[in-house]
Amino acid sequence: MTYIAKPKLHHPTLACNAIGYTRRDYEGKVSTLCAGCGHDSISAAIIQACWELDIEPHRVAKLSGIGCSSKTPDYFLGQSHGFNTVHGRMPSVLTGANLANRTLLYLGVSGDGDSASIGLGQFAHVMRRGVDMTYIVENNGVYGLTKGQFSATADPGSVSKKGVTNTDSPLDMVGMALMLGASFVARGFSGDKRQLVPLIKAAIAHKGAAFIDVISPCVAFNNHAGSTKSYEYVREHNEAVNRLDIMPARTEITVDYADGDTIEVEQHDGSVLRLHKLHTDYDAHDRVGAMNYLQAHQAKGEVVTGLLYVDPEARDLHAHLDTVDAPFNTLGERELCPGAAVLEKINKGLR
Amino acid sequence: MKPIEAVNDFVVKFANVNGSGSASANELFAKSILRMGVPVSPRNIFPSNIQGLPTWYEVRVTEAGHLGRRGGVDLMVAMNPQTWDADLAEIEPGGYLFYDSTRPLPAAKFRADISVLGMPLTEICNGTYDDPRQRQLFKNIIYVGALAALLQIDLAVIEALIAEQYKSKPKLLAPNVHALHLGHDYASQSLPAIGLGVRQADAVGGRIFIDGNSAAALGCVYGGASVCAWYPITPSSSLAEAFQKYCQKLRVDPDTGRNRYAIVQAEDEIASIGMVVGAGWNGARAFTATSGPGISLMNEFIGLAYFAEIPVTIIDVQRGGPSTGMPTRTQQSDLLACAHASHGDTKHVLLLPEDPHECFEFAATALDLADRLQTPVFLMTDLDIGMNQRLCAPFAWDDARRYDRGKVMTAEELDAGKDFGRYKDVDGDGIPWRTLPATHPTRGSYFTRGTSRDAYARYSERGPDYVYNMQRLLQKFDTARSLVPAPILRAAPRPTPHGAIFFGSTSPAMAEAIDALQADGIALDTLRVRAYPFPDAVRDFIAAHERVFIVEQNRDGQLRSLIVDAFGIDPAKLVPVLHYDGTPITARFIAGAIGKHAGAYGVTALHAGRVA
Repeated sequence: MTYIAKPKLHHPTLACNAIGYTRRDYEGKVSTLCAGCGHDSISAAIIQACWELDIEPHRVAKLSGIGCSSKTPDYFLGQSHGFNTVHGRMPSVLTGANLANRTLLYLGVSGDGDSASIGLGQFAHVMRRGVDMTYIVENNGVYGLTKGQFSATADPGSVSKKGVTNTDSPLDMVGMALMLGASFVARGFSGDKRQLVPLIKAAIAHKGAAFIDVISPCVAFNNHAGSTKSYEYVREHNEAVNRLDIMPARTEITVDYADGDTIEVEQHDGSVLRLHKLHTDYDAHDRVGAMNYLQAHQAKGEVVTGLLYVDPEARDLHAHLDTVDAPFNTLGERELCPGAAVLEKINKGLR
Repeated sequence: MKPIEAVNDFVVKFANVNGSGSASANELFAKSILRMGVPVSPRNIFPSNIQGLPTWYEVRVTEAGHLGRRGGVDLMVAMNPQTWDADLAEIEPGGYLFYDSTRPLPAAKFRADISVLGMPLTEICNGTYDDPRQRQLFKNIIYVGALAALLQIDLAVIEALIAEQYKSKPKLLAPNVHALHLGHDYASQSLPAIGLGVRQADAVGGRIFIDGNSAAALGCVYGGASVCAWYPITPSSSLAEAFQKYCQKLRVDPDTGRNRYAIVQAEDEIASIGMVVGAGWNGARAFTATSGPGISLMNEFIGLAYFAEIPVTIIDVQRGGPSTGMPTRTQQSDLLACAHASHGDTKHVLLLPEDPHECFEFAATALDLADRLQTPVFLMTDLDIGMNQRLCAPFAWDDARRYDRGKVMTAEELDAGKDFGRYKDVDGDGIPWRTLPATHPTRGSYFTRGTSRDAYARYSERGPDYVYNMQRLLQKFDTARSLVPAPILRAAPRPTPHGAIFFGSTSPAMAEAIDALQADGIALDTLRVRAYPFPDAVRDFIAAHERVFIVEQNRDGQLRSLIVDAFGIDPAKLVPVLHYDGTPITARFIAGAIGKHAGAYGVTALHAGRVA
């Protein structure tokens, strides 16, 4: 959290996107995270993705829990409303916010402590409800803000700075998201912007519960040899199943990306995901296949990245609840109050 | 012992086995008396269990309109052998016992001072029905028929009620009416006349008969709540379920058939309040309904909503605590837990309705106040009001009424150059202005957090910034004092140095107790508080009396503590009158306790404790 605002002076030749915003318009306050923190790279990727998607910054609602990762919404999209809620319980707040106004873009930012430990319950339920959101877990396997305790994604056998050995099995957030019914599941690496930015763009375009687990090394407490969340380890063991482009609805962006096998997935808002398969046997429409693939490669010590699963026909919570299109926060007495005459009838029925 | 003789003024209690299907038959009995123009006050007394344990339904028939519990039973319908001894002991001397005499009991099982009415219910059922479930269910209707004969209740009235009940299931109509007549015929021919009776009267008027949970749910519909997030817990579950029912009827867009509401049964109470916080932050009216254990779980979020200043409406239908306590019994023991919910220094607005009418009204008020004050507002009811049907004034709504959405700054106002500081007290009432997400492309956005910040919502751990906000929150609480429902004063017919303060569901028993004390020569002014923070009238009332009784349904005198704390009053001046065994407080208890205290203060009661 910082109170240092970035200077607002823009170089006059900065490039603008289709709605006239520069990349700087998507920035927030100066980060107070450690130099080299993977989370700052993720913030940069979010900024890049929103700029490229021509999103009006103020149309995003960014919510987080508590922890290093949860501080980051202050560091991007300075013109949007942010909400730093309570530890592990951002998903319920995001759900309520989404119910109140379905027309905004909801970005949930969380950490592995926030989502896999204290917040595991809410993480599970927000996925199974199909809340329309992009949920990013900045996963470093450690509690940074309280100085180095294990999170539930920490590697077994790893030793903390205080000399304690972790004996618990790790939770795999991606495997859980698949099982829980998330309709867009991906894993990225904070050090691979080329892959991460399109993943975030695709998640934002997805109508439904989109989850991205981003391995984000903690330079202060978990970037040492033997950690599977270190820069070195992930770079060496990254097993990308695909690369991605996204062509949002209503724009004419086309990217020529000749790279082996390519498939296109049309989202129901008209956006097109173009998947360039690095592994031709990988099918991102197969939830069960994705789980198996993930487990098999995990057993070999590999970190599978890319878009692992997408359901282009996903329905969101509003569809399940069959709610009206108008945001609830714009409904007034006329739409909400049945009026005195109806009440008189109700009174009559109670005599 | 002379049998009790009373018309339109007696208590009938049904002792049943939970799950035996008696609830609808017992309710039919109560409603039929109501339809004859005689007020009734029924209460479910039930265990935390689905089947097998004892359950009771007590109906007070009261042409005088006393809606509190009286205490004692004039006619016991003893259908549960398990509770026989306790049920028998509750009957007033000269009272009546109605029981299933299929296997007649020896005289030793009865009391000499009561009249026994035996009817072979099981035998009649077994002779009429083959199906075991039918035997069970129709037994209940048969005893209603028998009671109709004994108490001279108009059969046509009951038949009309059955017809209403089975409007959508006409196949069930004839068998129920048949069972009713079976009972009525048997009692008319084979049971002696008794001294209790119901006569047609005109004492109900335009009042309605409904439970507080349904009333509060309807109040939420009228008050404009569009998001309800809840987690099942007795005794509040029926509130969310009633909200669902009313919304399905009243909140569907006529053009598209789609819903203007969202109801989420959350995974727990923490998530339910979290969703309400999120919806409130984003400008929709939202509420949750829960009970004491739910409030405990919600505490962290309540603190966030208080400090980050987010509108939240919480309906707490109180039950017996602490811990799991008595989940199906009533109490008023969450007062302090709600008034100061969460860690750190907090003070929350509490609304305290007395009956379903006020549950409706205050639910809508709570939604307005939450928006106006940008803070959690608690509607505090209890099991006694929430789950029992009660006669009350009909609901009223003024179509000219507009929702108070509070200080929400618009894009136009931001464009006009209005200074926006999210936590700045620009109006001197402690209430800052807020913007909703996406209001304006470049102005008015801010970061909401539970950590300390300055008046412009910028993270700050500076002492003066923290103190500014904490003081402003106090100022806001003081503003609430003038916005909440005012207390209601009822002056004694003559000047008296004694007063009594009470709230909520205690109300009807209190009214009756005051009348009884009055008849015994003890005059008391009373003040019914309807909200916290307490308006100054509460302090003035206490100042105007030498001694004030504080009547409440908890062990520790929680209302008394709040009053002492709010006004710095000498606790010795406030005499606690406490009832907390889980049953609704009775007029007898109140009059007895106050009469005893009054005696100690040198006031001579003529017949202390005489009620009804």
